[in-house]
Amino acid sequence: MITIQANEVNKKYGDTIALRDLSLSVEKGELFGLIGPDGAGKTSLIRILTTLLLADKGTATVNGHDVVKSYRAIRRQVGYMPGRFSLYQDLSVEENLRFFATAFGTTIEANYDVIRDIYQQIEPFRRRRAGALSGGMKQKLALSCALVHRPEVLFLDEPTTGVDPVSRQEFWQILKGLQERGITILVSTPYMDEASLCDRIALIQDGQLLGIDTPAALRKAYPHPLWDLQSSRRYELLHFLRQQEFTLSVFPFGETLHLATRPDVPEHQIRESCYSQGFTDIQLTRIEATIEDCFMDRMAPTADPEIH
Amino acid sequence: MKTILFLLRKEFLQIFRNRVIVAMIFVMPIIQLLILANAANYEVRNLKLQVIDQDHSSWSRQLVGHFTASPYFNLTGMVASAKKGITAIEADEADLVLHIPSGFERALRREGTASVHLNINAINGVKAGLASSYAQTIILDLHQEIMPVVELPAGLSSTFRYWYNPDMDYYTFMVPGILVLLVTLVGMFLSGLNIVKEKEIGTIEQINVSPIRKHQFIIGKLLPFWIIAQVELALGLTVGWLVFDIPIVGSLGVVFAFSSIYLLVVLGIGLLVSTFTDTQQQAMFISWFFLVIFILMSGLFTPIESMPGWAQQITRLNPVTYFVDVVRLVLLKGSSWWDIRSQWIALSIFAVVINGAAVLNYRKTD
Repeated sequence: MITIQANEVNKKYGDTIALRDLSLSVEKGELFGLIGPDGAGKTSLIRILTTLLLADKGTATVNGHDVVKSYRAIRRQVGYMPGRFSLYQDLSVEENLRFFATAFGTTIEANYDVIRDIYQQIEPFRRRRAGALSGGMKQKLALSCALVHRPEVLFLDEPTTGVDPVSRQEFWQILKGLQERGITILVSTPYMDEASLCDRIALIQDGQLLGIDTPAALRKAYPHPLWDLQSSRRYELLHFLRQQEFTLSVFPFGETLHLATRPDVPEHQIRESCYSQGFTDIQLTRIEATIEDCFMDRMAPTADPEIH
Repeated sequence: MKTILFLLRKEFLQIFRNRVIVAMIFVMPIIQLLILANAANYEVRNLKLQVIDQDHSSWSRQLVGHFTASPYFNLTGMVASAKKGITAIEADEADLVLHIPSGFERALRREGTASVHLNINAINGVKAGLASSYAQTIILDLHQEIMPVVELPAGLSSTFRYWYNPDMDYYTFMVPGILVLLVTLVGMFLSGLNIVKEKEIGTIEQINVSPIRKHQFIIGKLLPFWIIAQVELALGLTVGWLVFDIPIVGSLGVVFAFSSIYLLVVLGIGLLVSTFTDTQQQAMFISWFFLVIFILMSGLFTPIESMPGWAQQITRLNPVTYFVDVVRLVLLKGSSWWDIRSQWIALSIFAVVINGAAVLNYRKTD
């Protein structure tokens, strides 16, 4: 059963195109990730699906309700956590939660089971003003507020941006727990490493869909031989590799370089050409593609000389 | 209704948690009334007077005596010539120079008429006007005194009385107007800023995805400030009555009924401003722009009758003008609800138009 459906959605802000003909569907109970850099159109899509923004063209449904015609029904069934922490800083933790519960005509007590795992962690501070909470606690409060009315679908816009790595991991554990309760979750993130935690992901760039599948299938579909290179002269090596005939693309990846080559280029050929230029300390390893590699590959067609 | 009630609860919780706002709500009426009512006083005292007495007669001395006895003038020196008098004005040693020419008393006794000359420093127009009228009153007093002696021709003499403010007490005149300022500040600023704040911190998004309806949200935002402004008015009236002893001739019910409508207008302006601004800074700036125009053109500090024709037309669109007018009419004159019908009808129309525009614009920006 399909819970979220977008059909050729378009959105423009003046001359800037935020979304072009974007279509996707999310199954009930799925943990679905929208992966893309800042400005890719993730927030626009979420705002359209949560009835906060009108699309210029195209249709969308959430839980079978049209986002334009039945927006009021959608608002009762979805939870939304915007990218920016936006709760009342001058109200206490408990007052914030109570306010959002009442806004949906319900109480904290009636839905305590949904938020218990998350809320228990901040409950000791329930009399503290939301503005005085730490980043991780603010995030948990925001999630509690988005969940307090027992939504069937949860939209999270970059929930882990600006959160420390430990809290990020913890947060994804929480999302998994919510998924087990049967809540459909659509989450956007600029962090490629979080993509593998989703059931399925959509890669988005410049308002366009670059690919949509399970993380494993996307990685498997990566079409080129891929190598990881380490060198103490990373920058010079990058320049050198860009000029090589066997190179399709090369880009920095953390502390190393990821090199995609033409098919059937043997390892010793790469190694030897590097040695011949004095890059004697290189470590070359054949690797499986990560989501980031898939993203870079789809974003930049290999024919593009600029990226190459 | 239940939704509006819990929105109100939340607003009041937030307002009363903000110490600065709470302090302002209670301190503002008292401070503003105490300071403004005393500062915005048209009475000018201790005008610096210099006299050129070239007559040296008993009547000329009598005239000077009248001036020095008056609380309005302070004799700062006697000068010998008209030229020196002008120098004194230029040096800011005199606001007013009274020139009594030689032969003043003789002319009065023989011909029944004589003139004195006044040079007035008009750098400050209001002060100059007042100096002139005080001086003329004093000269008229002398005229009254010497009339039986010289059997002056029975010229036209006027007597007058100030109605509704018999002593021309400036507190009576200013305090009701300042009450209007208080109510306007609360209504226009706090409401608009509060809505924009929700935009600024992003909570309006959270509200928008909830089943709370637009009208519930707007009422929940405006009603708290409607109530606070009325409390403010009551506080201000109490201070005015206790400290300044302002008369309350008419019904307070009429004042509050009128302020109920008036507040709809100013709250509507705040709401309208909030619909096309994204930050509190923008909202503040725009509200302030309107407020300054409204106040300066309200007839509170300068009479509308002395404005040019086009400006007088503009004041007809100024809600503050109507309320200043009504507060004075009701408190000082005792006007009834029926007497001020043209004012509340006009304001009711404003209220509908402004709130209508605000709500329409609010939807558009959704």
